[in-house]
Amino acid sequence: MKEKKIIALLGNPNAGKSSLFNQLTGLRQKIGNFPGVTVDKKVGFCRLDAKTDIEILDLPGTYSIYPNSLDEQVVLEVLANPQNPEYPDLAVVVADASNLKRNMLLFEQVSDLGIPTILALNMLDVAEEMGLSINSGKLSKILGVPVVELNAREGIGIEGLKYTILNQLDLKKTHINPTIFDNTSETIASEVRKKYNISNRYLALQYAAQSHKMTFLGDAAQKDLQAIIEKYDFNPDSFQSSETISRYHDISDTLTQVVHETGIKKETISEKLDKILLHRIWGYAIFLGILFLIFQSVFSFAEYPMDLIDQSVASLNDWLKSVLPESALVSLLTDGLIAGIGGVIIFIPQIAFLFAFISILEESGYMARVVVLMDKLIRRFGMSGKSVVPLISSMACAVPAIMSARTIGSWKDRLITIMVTPLMSCSARLPIYTILIALVVPDSKVLGIFNMQGIALMGLYLLGFFSALIAGWLMKLILKSKERSYFIMELPTYKMPRWKQVGFMILEKVKTFVFEAGKVIVAISIVLWVLASYGPGNEMDEAEKQVTRTNPTATKEELASKIASVKLEHSYAGHFGKFIEPVIEPLGYDWKIGIALITSFAAREVFVGTVSTIYSIGADPEDETTIKQRLRNEINAQTGKPTFSVATSFSLLIFYVFAMMCMSTIATVYRETKGWKWPVIQLAYMSVLAYVAAFMVYQFLK
Amino acid sequence: MVKFPEKTVADLNIGEKGIINNFKDVSMSLKLLEMGCLPGTEVTLDFIAPLGCPVGITVAGYHLSLRKREAATIVLKPSQV
Repeated sequence: MKEKKIIALLGNPNAGKSSLFNQLTGLRQKIGNFPGVTVDKKVGFCRLDAKTDIEILDLPGTYSIYPNSLDEQVVLEVLANPQNPEYPDLAVVVADASNLKRNMLLFEQVSDLGIPTILALNMLDVAEEMGLSINSGKLSKILGVPVVELNAREGIGIEGLKYTILNQLDLKKTHINPTIFDNTSETIASEVRKKYNISNRYLALQYAAQSHKMTFLGDAAQKDLQAIIEKYDFNPDSFQSSETISRYHDISDTLTQVVHETGIKKETISEKLDKILLHRIWGYAIFLGILFLIFQSVFSFAEYPMDLIDQSVASLNDWLKSVLPESALVSLLTDGLIAGIGGVIIFIPQIAFLFAFISILEESGYMARVVVLMDKLIRRFGMSGKSVVPLISSMACAVPAIMSARTIGSWKDRLITIMVTPLMSCSARLPIYTILIALVVPDSKVLGIFNMQGIALMGLYLLGFFSALIAGWLMKLILKSKERSYFIMELPTYKMPRWKQVGFMILEKVKTFVFEAGKVIVAISIVLWVLASYGPGNEMDEAEKQVTRTNPTATKEELASKIASVKLEHSYAGHFGKFIEPVIEPLGYDWKIGIALITSFAAREVFVGTVSTIYSIGADPEDETTIKQRLRNEINAQTGKPTFSVATSFSLLIFYVFAMMCMSTIATVYRETKGWKWPVIQLAYMSVLAYVAAFMVYQFLK
Repeated sequence: MVKFPEKTVADLNIGEKGIINNFKDVSMSLKLLEMGCLPGTEVTLDFIAPLGCPVGITVAGYHLSLRKREAATIVLKPSQV
């Protein structure tokens, strides 16, 4: 038996490719990386009939096989390399029927590469609304390849597509393309074909025209191909230009035979909406309003499920402690493992809410308008309008956000976006914000409707956002680049979000978070429990005896609590905390917070887990059940005042706004910038910023 | 003979139409061609973003947004008077 056949899904952005992918594969998807590059590779599986299972590869959206960004380059690297393990046996080009002409360009190029192709006409309903009718039978006859009518959103036509794929895998029909070669390109193509043993003429010419974008060729071959174009004085730009023009002529000829305009074009709903949403005043007002709504709902709606999770974890722990015998193992389970897991799952509601909003904005087509609204504003700060998507996504998580900066064509714009993105507050900071705000900001209403805590939260997000802008502006002054940035972007029509798609995205992000971040958090929680429960030599036992000796009159409970906190102080974790205490004292932190700072260096979300582990070890389990209450009751041993005072809490809040405490982000920046230079600079500038800002806040509020 | 400066997409008023004649910039033209901005195609200026840039045009039956500087590389056919 041969391995599974690979079917690649291709298409313009917004043509409905990912809907089709989800329809074909359901939940049988996995996300990996393309070898060598970090672009997400989405692969799914689909059963065509009882005997045939296929693998479906969802490639990034692109307008042609001439890439303008890293994301699009993946398409070329897969389609131009028959040795690539992902080289497709068949390509399904998904085309937006309401804009068929432009969508057909990619179709022609893909089929010219010699890959058996199916043209899938999607969004026929939109085309119909625009007064266009398409004779797909005739189109199929002219093109010589199967044409399938689809409604990927509704899932109509999927079975027909599966049947067509099955047939086309056998028949391998290809489209006869227009002649785009002149004498020079013909000569070059045949030379490349001989040299590299390529059967396809168009592919051979692509090797010459775009060798610098085909990393799979290797340095030697790239130089060699460069020499060939120089020998024949071949100009890839004019070839591409004349190719595009002749393909469009061919497409126009075809389409005049099959597309009929049935009515007069009216002003569409999208055009009416744009008049308001891109209005010079209303446009910005509505955008700000939407942002405000997101914060208010993330803070207030997500609070209920979060409290529920917090309390359930606490009561589960209490219950386990009451039924299980007291031992080190039980303590590891409850104070170490369950407290750690609790610290992970408590984020789920907020992450789900944030990604729900982001995915609705993207789905509806509004995100593209935000890009337009923000381009000129944000360009002053060294970025492009397209940086808005990474900046907004990084409110959920910086890792996918930094990856999404790949759609920005200019290196300088992209680099600045990558460098400042982690300043935007991500969801891992949310629990820290939530807990500390709840401690020091009253839960009351201003002007009757606005929740004070919601406003404080929004303030922290805005602080992150404005510092990202300032950092971008500074970098724009420092970095020099001759490369020109450009901004040419399709404005998709507004659509109702596909709720299934929104659901998929939420599920995907929550799953990634729970498993990826969860692993780190649980591991650190366990290590931390060990470090906090054991100390060097018999120091901890000595300390316990000391307490018992010096407090002969204390009640049993008082004694237990004192012993626990003295024990923590003499544990390994306590020693670490004490070691860094002199450095963090000017910021208002004690050694216990110091432990949390160290552990959360790997991932900031560990902070809350650490704090809850530390304080559950040092606390009386009878009356302090939730994390919030435990923190509120914590007393600083030196000053006798609450540890989490207003000054300390705000200092911590500001510290976490700026500090680059996330291993995954550092690793991502390393991969995306291909070196240690930028992640190191980023770590340094953010750490200095965090320390200085937290210092100033504490000294001012003290 | 008086030589008039060429009219580009950036010179259009909102709602005004024009026919693409040629491009001033080769590398920009590749991207624009790919997006369906071919010589001989009609363009309409739909909107100018609140801060004067980017602009939105209708071309080949869909909406495209580009910066004013880029719009200025698309030269229009002189209109017949």
